[in-house]
Amino acid sequence: MNIYWNQQWPAHIQYALFLADNALILAQQHSKWCGKGPILEQDIALSNIALDYLGQARNFYQLAAEELNQLEGVQFYTEDSLAYHRTDRNFVNLLLTELEQPNWGHCVLKTFLYSSFASLVFQKLMHIQAGELTAIAEKSNKELAYHKRWSQDWVIRLGDGTAESNTIMQQALNQIWPYAGECFIPANFETVFWQNHPSFFHELEKEWMDYLQTIFTEATLQLPAKQAWQTGGKQGIHTEQMGYVLAEMQYLQRTYPNSVW
Amino acid sequence: MSYTPEQQFQHKIDQEIKIEPKDWMPEKYRQTLIRQISQHAHSEVVGMLPEGNWISRAPSLKRKAILLAKVQDEAGHGLYLYSAAETLGITRDEMYHQLHTGKAKYSSIFNYPTLTWADMGAIGWLVDGAAIMNQVPLCRTSYGPYARAMVRVCKEESFHQRQGFEILLVLSQGTDEQKAMCQDAINRWWWPSVMMFGPADEASPHTQQSMQWKIKRFTNDELRQKFVDICAEQVKTLGMTLPDPDLKWNEEKGHYDFGAINWEEFWQVVAGNGPCNKERLATRQKAWNDGAWVRDAATAHAAKKAAKHLHKVA
Ligand SMILES: [Fe+2]
Ligand SMILES: [Fe+2]
Repeated sequence: MNIYWNQQWPAHIQYALFLADNALILAQQHSKWCGKGPILEQDIALSNIALDYLGQARNFYQLAAEELNQLEGVQFYTEDSLAYHRTDRNFVNLLLTELEQPNWGHCVLKTFLYSSFASLVFQKLMHIQAGELTAIAEKSNKELAYHKRWSQDWVIRLGDGTAESNTIMQQALNQIWPYAGECFIPANFETVFWQNHPSFFHELEKEWMDYLQTIFTEATLQLPAKQAWQTGGKQGIHTEQMGYVLAEMQYLQRTYPNSVW
Repeated sequence: MSYTPEQQFQHKIDQEIKIEPKDWMPEKYRQTLIRQISQHAHSEVVGMLPEGNWISRAPSLKRKAILLAKVQDEAGHGLYLYSAAETLGITRDEMYHQLHTGKAKYSSIFNYPTLTWADMGAIGWLVDGAAIMNQVPLCRTSYGPYARAMVRVCKEESFHQRQGFEILLVLSQGTDEQKAMCQDAINRWWWPSVMMFGPADEASPHTQQSMQWKIKRFTNDELRQKFVDICAEQVKTLGMTLPDPDLKWNEEKGHYDFGAINWEEFWQVVAGNGPCNKERLATRQKAWNDGAWVRDAATAHAAKKAAKHLHKVA
């Protein structure tokens, strides 16, 4: 049975699913690099990060599933039904998370952008009374701090390494950058969720951009010229890539429905 | 009366005193260990690929997490083992070079394809199971760094084996399609796993010397027999069968008899003609080549930082 996005769901559930989808899709893309990294230690590091995101996704899905079951008086919401039985039009992850990672620079940059954005969000969640969401944020915040540290160091190392690595990183940044803005352009459920903190997105944008600028400067990378941001993920309007990501991820559940694994 | 270095060395081995990196050792002992440990390390790293093939398609989030963690463990095993080999005077890059040029081998089992999800179960149960059988005695191997690396490795391998068996157990209790998938995976992985113990004793030229040096503690055939005995019992819990019509309990020997191994296939895969030899090697070579710019950048950046630091100090 497919699960369809419902804009009537309480904002905090939609928000939990948003955080879950981000983490799951990022984990999915990162884990494709397992066994193929440039340095064995870094292969392990990226797999570790993928495992952290997978763990975060599961926590958020479990929370959403429990609340949705209660709300609708049903049993069929589980972490797996939410992950495996929605089509891309019903996923609300940031486009950033689903982008392909054709080289290691993309792995590093996507981790860098997402973890630095998410740690600002999670820190804010820790300061408000958001029940279970706050609890998960507290658990995950340490992980994000590590991801941020790791990816920041690699952005600098690769940006300010050799001429070749600088070129590769600059190209990767040019490709990924248009997807950054979606992080601070709120969807309806976010506006509702943060309604008691109306300046949140504005502050987020400012603090995040300042930080990114500092690191990119140190990495001798140039931010691309201002352009329209690519958006739509939070409304379920994804890149063409997303259908393939899900087709692969959901293949067994779709082929053998109603099975226990 | 004085002893030669060889005699003192063998004496230590006989007394179960570990040989450490700085100790004198016969050149052949060193070479044998480098060959064995690096081959073992390569097996861990190449072994990530067949299972890595299913991380993106794992059928539940829990299974995905377990599989990803498992494959990552194998990378960790590779790391411990490369470090152990490095204590014998070879660098990791040299070992990689030997792997990429085909000079160094890795376990042939990883040259078989993973075709269904049940293969993740069969690999955990049979391949990690066979690895444990091989590796537990290595925790007492005579070379200290190798023995200590193996202690850490073995702990994790037994987790892997249990997790693999559990995948199969769930499948064996599932739908007819899942049961068929389970049996099919066992059928395909059984004989290659039995071959993991290497050639029969009479065809294994290094065994005797390795036993004397206590690098090895059991012969290939002894370990193989132990493995068959255990699996023949465990498969009953799954309600599945092993694909060997000659498998039969032998009361007199207290062991299972089993059918003839297809040594022709074994040597073909060793020679590079297994179903996935070329893909596995190509994947490792590609990962290495594609990663060159990252390693170069890391080196260059470290040098820049050091130069800046020096400048500040001066
Ligand atoms: Fe291992
Ligand atoms: Fe293992």
